[in-house]
Amino acid sequence: MAAPSGDVLLRVDGVSKTFGGIAAVNGVSFEVSRGESVGLVGPNGAGKTTLFNCVCGQLRPEAGRIELEGRPLVDMPTFERARLGIGRTYQRVEVFPDMTVRDHLLVSYRARWRKGRLWRDLCNLSKPTAEETEKVDSVLGMVGLDDRAEAPVASLGLGSCRLVELARALVADPVVLMADEPSSGLDIHETQELGTVLRQVQRDRGMAMVLVEHDLSMVAEVVDRTVVMNLGEVIAEGAFATVMADPAVRTAYLGIQE
Amino acid sequence: MEHFLGFALPGIPYGCTYALVAVGLVLTYQATGVLNFAYGAQAYLSAFIFTYLVQNKHLPVGVAFVIAVVVVAPGVGLIFDRFLFRKIAPANVIAKLVTGISMLVGIPAVLAIIFTNSNQYNPPSILFNPDVVYFRIAGTPINGISVTCVVATVVTLVALLVLIRWTSLGLKMRGAVESRRLIELDGINGGRVVASAWAVSGLIAGLAGVMLAPQYGQLQFSDYADLMVAAFAAAAWAVLRSLSVAVLVGVLMGMTVTILQGYLPEGSIWSSAALTSLPFVVLVGALVLVPGMRTLGGAKDPLASVDPPTPPTTAALRAPEFDRVIRIAWYVLLVVFSVSMLTWMPKIWENVFNAGLAYSVVFLSITLITGMGGQLSLCQATLAGVGAFMAAQLANHLGLNFLVGGLVGAVAAALVAVVLAFASVRLRGLGLALMTIAAALVFDNVVFAEVDTVHGQPINVTPHLVGLGILNPNGRAFFVLAMVVLAVCVFLVLRVRRGSIGRFLGAMQGSSTAASGIGVNLTWMHVLVFGLSGAVAGIGGTLLSINQQAVNPNTFSWEFSLVFVVVVVTTGVNTPEGAIQAGFGYVVLQQVLTYVPGRLGGNSLLIIFFAFGALTYVAHPEGILEFQKRRWTLRFERLLLRDRTAPSSAAPPGPDGGPPVLASGPAVGG
Repeated sequence: MAAPSGDVLLRVDGVSKTFGGIAAVNGVSFEVSRGESVGLVGPNGAGKTTLFNCVCGQLRPEAGRIELEGRPLVDMPTFERARLGIGRTYQRVEVFPDMTVRDHLLVSYRARWRKGRLWRDLCNLSKPTAEETEKVDSVLGMVGLDDRAEAPVASLGLGSCRLVELARALVADPVVLMADEPSSGLDIHETQELGTVLRQVQRDRGMAMVLVEHDLSMVAEVVDRTVVMNLGEVIAEGAFATVMADPAVRTAYLGIQE
Repeated sequence: MEHFLGFALPGIPYGCTYALVAVGLVLTYQATGVLNFAYGAQAYLSAFIFTYLVQNKHLPVGVAFVIAVVVVAPGVGLIFDRFLFRKIAPANVIAKLVTGISMLVGIPAVLAIIFTNSNQYNPPSILFNPDVVYFRIAGTPINGISVTCVVATVVTLVALLVLIRWTSLGLKMRGAVESRRLIELDGINGGRVVASAWAVSGLIAGLAGVMLAPQYGQLQFSDYADLMVAAFAAAAWAVLRSLSVAVLVGVLMGMTVTILQGYLPEGSIWSSAALTSLPFVVLVGALVLVPGMRTLGGAKDPLASVDPPTPPTTAALRAPEFDRVIRIAWYVLLVVFSVSMLTWMPKIWENVFNAGLAYSVVFLSITLITGMGGQLSLCQATLAGVGAFMAAQLANHLGLNFLVGGLVGAVAAALVAVVLAFASVRLRGLGLALMTIAAALVFDNVVFAEVDTVHGQPINVTPHLVGLGILNPNGRAFFVLAMVVLAVCVFLVLRVRRGSIGRFLGAMQGSSTAASGIGVNLTWMHVLVFGLSGAVAGIGGTLLSINQQAVNPNTFSWEFSLVFVVVVVTTGVNTPEGAIQAGFGYVVLQQVLTYVPGRLGGNSLLIIFFAFGALTYVAHPEGILEFQKRRWTLRFERLLLRDRTAPSSAAPPGPDGGPPVLASGPAVGG
């Protein structure tokens, strides 16, 4: 299914992934345009996170093509995809427990732009530059973590850790952000704040975003277009209000029989 | 064909011994999630007690069997569960390995102290008479030992298959291996299930130990340690899951050994190399070829999120003022130590401290790979040996100065480490530990054993090979050399740790998924940290050889790789400071123990000290010494800086900006 307008940034074409005979993702196709925000919704077990893992490189699909700006990704390792500009947050928080919040962002920035060199470390040339510090500070301010920059991430709560993940992805200037259930475990207030931040960042930076989310009010607020999956397949695609009115979606996702 | 069978059939009992231990390893792993490195030590313990009771206390064989196998063996399993492994979070693979390794080196040392001489002779058989040939197959005589091995293996295998597949306890065990805490939510007493598994596992270890004992005229731990490698290989092909595959591979290995013995020319290098390296080749084959081994130990407990995070290190908590005080104290200590070494230090202690410097460099390689890289390598002594042997060979054959040869040796050790890293690029945790121990054993049996002499003479490090008066008994040149080398190594390691590579390694250690997701090349980091660690170990090995004035393969054996790990883990694996304290602690204690009388002397008490010290790794992964330092630092800090108005900038806030996290307790997020 094609993106409605703009040049295509991310193309997922006929991707399939099975686990022991169970088709977690079955011939899924969709496109994301530059600067577009796409919601990927569906009931548990629909294959959303598996699809994310296929796009980001944690899993290798058995069939189909994935392209970023026309470059095929399927044979590319995860770290190279990240360096091309795929940023990611995780359903289950993945942070580096021994690091401070600032270090999370610094390491992400350097990994993205390949600034980590052994010889630079040995020559003591690896101290954060003014440019790096400015970049990190601006992203920390953007997500509201500037007052906890030096705190070890192990001392933060779940909500803050999710913000750290988001900031870690944003500091690398991703061309597309893959956010996997960013509001999971957050309360209503935190979810609203996160939705506002996501929308603002996405619009300000003009980056593309794919959002997997169960909180439909947040999806409605943040995305331009919604793709609905069920049992590994795309069952509807379009504007949020339109797809939510689709009988197939209401039956499969919301359990409402028409 | 009869010729072939004549070679193959005698291998079956040997294979059964591998299989029996492999079955025990599989059962333990299936029921507890622990690859029990201490299994060989458990088997040896029961065999030792059994033989001791029969030979020294003249108890009847049946009574001795009941005490050693039915009482002691399950008891040891229960102790392991209650006091050691139950405290380890299910996903903490390194802590499980370290705990098993500490028991592997600790139990024989305890026996050596209790019984003075840990070797026993002529272990008795409990089933069939070893001196009687019961029947012949293809002309091959089958005696009581062979029959005992085969019968014991078959009976144990059948009993275990029944237990695991068709009993309620077996079903609960299979659930407990995924998550003991999760089955408790279903109303099952998970603690009792896991304890039962440990008791059964201990019983099999004891049974295996006693059954195998008559094969050896002299009962010694090294035989059981060698047996473990073959058992690891068989268990690895079974992906630590299938009892029948473990038995099949074990028996095939035994048959292959005797077939090779039959067909290869006796006494040839091919014969000795093939026979000694077979288990390692089989183990490496499993690690490389069996996909299940790559992810082994990587399964996450569904309830892992309830585990508290590890506490921050001292350095992260200390107030800057106190940091300065500590830094100054270190400088003062360094100056006092250097002046003492260069002026009044007695010769005997000068040698001890010089050895401490050399060991510190070797231990620094463990700081790099385990502390910074988060990977457990069990071949660091081997890599040190590669450096030392390379320097010695270059000195003896090409006349190259030993110091220059040491640098070449460091490069060689780094290359060996890089090759090992590429071979284990997909392995983490358990798989990596097995791969590195296999490498260590290959080098011990195939490489070091072949190159430890020059023209039939041991490789001695002589003054003309080293030069610069370093081996002058009345000089201080070695101290200066060792200090410079250690300082340079520490300096470079600190630079790496504080730089981008250190941060990437920290990210990889924290979450490899997220690290690759932000663009960190995990393969390159894996290879890089192995290479750096190998180079440092190689330099340390050369230094150690100069200190000992000989290149001795025993110094670099796989047992020492294990001992080195527990020593560094005990003191503190995360910092170069910990490596230096480990180096000095190791040699100073060794020297102090020469002053204690009789059985307490030697290495046994030293190994026990560190082995049991390593058990604190679970509670204090930063090292018990590091933990105590943090505790006392913060006490002094509170005492001296209590009138400060603002809280310490280094003391992090609590959860979501709450009260500062106390050093003595972990910060609980969420």
